[in-house]
Amino acid sequence: MASDRETLTIGFIPLVDCAVVVAAGDKGFAEAEGLTLDLVRETSWANIRDRVVLGHFDAAQMLAPMPIAANLGIGGFDAPMVAPFSLGLGGNAITVSTGLFAAMRDHGADDAAGPAKMAAALAAAIAARAKTGAAPLTFGMVHPFSCHNYELRYWLASAGIDPDHDVRLTVVPPPMMVEALREGRVDGFCVGEPWNSQAVDEAVGHIVAVKSALWRQSPEKVLGLRTVFADQRPATVDALLRALHRAAAWAGSPANHAELAQMLARPDRVGAPAGQILRALSGRMVAAPGEPPAELADFLVFHTHAANFPWQSHALWLYSQMVRWGQVAHTPERAAEARATYRPDIFRRALGPVGADLPAASAKVEGALTRPTPVASLSGRLVLGPDGFFDGRLFDPDDLEGYLRSVGVVV
Amino acid sequence: MAAVDTADPAPARRMSETLLRIVVIDADPARASIIEDGLREAGHRAVTVIAETRGLLRRLLELEPHVIFINLENPNRDVLEQMFQVSRTVQRPIAMFVDRSDTAMIEAAVDAGVSAYVVDGLKKERVKPILDMAISRFNAFSRLRDELDQARQALDERKVIDRAKGILMKSRGIDEEEAYTLMRKAAMSESRRLAEVAQSIVTAAKLIGG
Repeated sequence: MASDRETLTIGFIPLVDCAVVVAAGDKGFAEAEGLTLDLVRETSWANIRDRVVLGHFDAAQMLAPMPIAANLGIGGFDAPMVAPFSLGLGGNAITVSTGLFAAMRDHGADDAAGPAKMAAALAAAIAARAKTGAAPLTFGMVHPFSCHNYELRYWLASAGIDPDHDVRLTVVPPPMMVEALREGRVDGFCVGEPWNSQAVDEAVGHIVAVKSALWRQSPEKVLGLRTVFADQRPATVDALLRALHRAAAWAGSPANHAELAQMLARPDRVGAPAGQILRALSGRMVAAPGEPPAELADFLVFHTHAANFPWQSHALWLYSQMVRWGQVAHTPERAAEARATYRPDIFRRALGPVGADLPAASAKVEGALTRPTPVASLSGRLVLGPDGFFDGRLFDPDDLEGYLRSVGVVV
Repeated sequence: MAAVDTADPAPARRMSETLLRIVVIDADPARASIIEDGLREAGHRAVTVIAETRGLLRRLLELEPHVIFINLENPNRDVLEQMFQVSRTVQRPIAMFVDRSDTAMIEAAVDAGVSAYVVDGLKKERVKPILDMAISRFNAFSRLRDELDQARQALDERKVIDRAKGILMKSRGIDEEEAYTLMRKAAMSESRRLAEVAQSIVTAAKLIGG
């Protein structure tokens, strides 16, 4: 590489899924690409977005819907952004207070129950509560344009709970979730790790559904950067993607999880006990105080199954949820804008030359795979993991309007 | 107070300054009061400081502010973002900043460590002086804090140097001036700061059991 060493400033939020960004900086993967990463821990997603827009950050860990919302002009400034790399799949969970879980247990909830049965138990508990005249339950999530918001709503709606009328949804910053649950300001929440595990360890929460069970291999965080940066500095973006690609491979390998947990435990990274972080990394989640860990396949996927590929069907699904919940009105132009926020072309350009396995397609029917399935790719060895939704629904990106109609949107 | 349709710039223009409702969300009471004082000096009467961020959304919906200031270290910025979503249904349109294209102003604010949210339709000429004032007070507060930190550090260093001097005087039977000269020479020959040399003397004395 001819260019001198470059320094990139990257923003992140203290969550387990900042792992790929942190490993790229702290484990030398960026260094090997001629980059120095200045990792800056942020306190809010709004700060992350604003600092990327203003150029304080060259790139950042972002909620996957965030750059899409920015491009649609519904989330903050009108500043075009791209998402050329997924930082991982899964990793969130829905936790309810121990009190609410006791009420749900009366209606058939137990730890062996899947998300559908859990949601039905919650619906029954809500109906019983409504008869007493008590105030609606309140659920916390992290941002209006977050996967947490959409998966919580999807899960509630599956059991006929209207997320805008039967319960209250409120934004709570992740580090304040556990306290809000303990003080009864929320009755449950959807958040990334380690906050669900912390609620369990403090004996105030019970995990009732994990993201990987709601929709396996589903999008969560992306690398977000300004379109103008991506356009003007392609070589730098490619070097960063190569570093992230190798960091993701390292972070996804079980042999490295203990070291990664220590790396993330540092106070200037996630700042939580390594043992708690390790649960999410290894997919051995503890649902309730004193219970043995459950082995969860694909709880948090950093690299395998093309986890880093920016599937445009993911972008479109996120857009469909924005439409479903009234954040934006559907037009074919907006759908195209949402889809084009994800940039598989940049991913291919950066990682094809280093032998990353590149899928032939840029979008897929989501929810169609029930077992690991080989797909057309550059090397012919790419295997996608099972990607089902818990309600058996399919999302065909070529029939977006059909999907929208099926969830009750008038198109 | 009569209800004002804040989405419409015409009645907003007619409103006198004293009726402009401003909320300052800041957990740091010293900084919040500096902003509040500035706003009051500029003739704003309806200023509310919120330090306790529990139930923030409900309080904001009650107060119906036209302008909100929040410091950037405050994670509750994301709670405000939700308000823009919610507000669409309850007719309280709140937009990000004065004008989305005014990046210079946004930049100045972010550099100062504050973010502002302004009701959509509020005239730029009315909001700019408020913003300028908040930004300059935020900057002044940061400078003050830096100076305070420096003063505190200087004081801490003075204490360490005095202790090191005492240790040297006792162990070598020299006077204060000789002890000071000794430390300064060591600092110069090792290209270290005097306070660093003093700190190593204090640490060494502790280890040796002095």
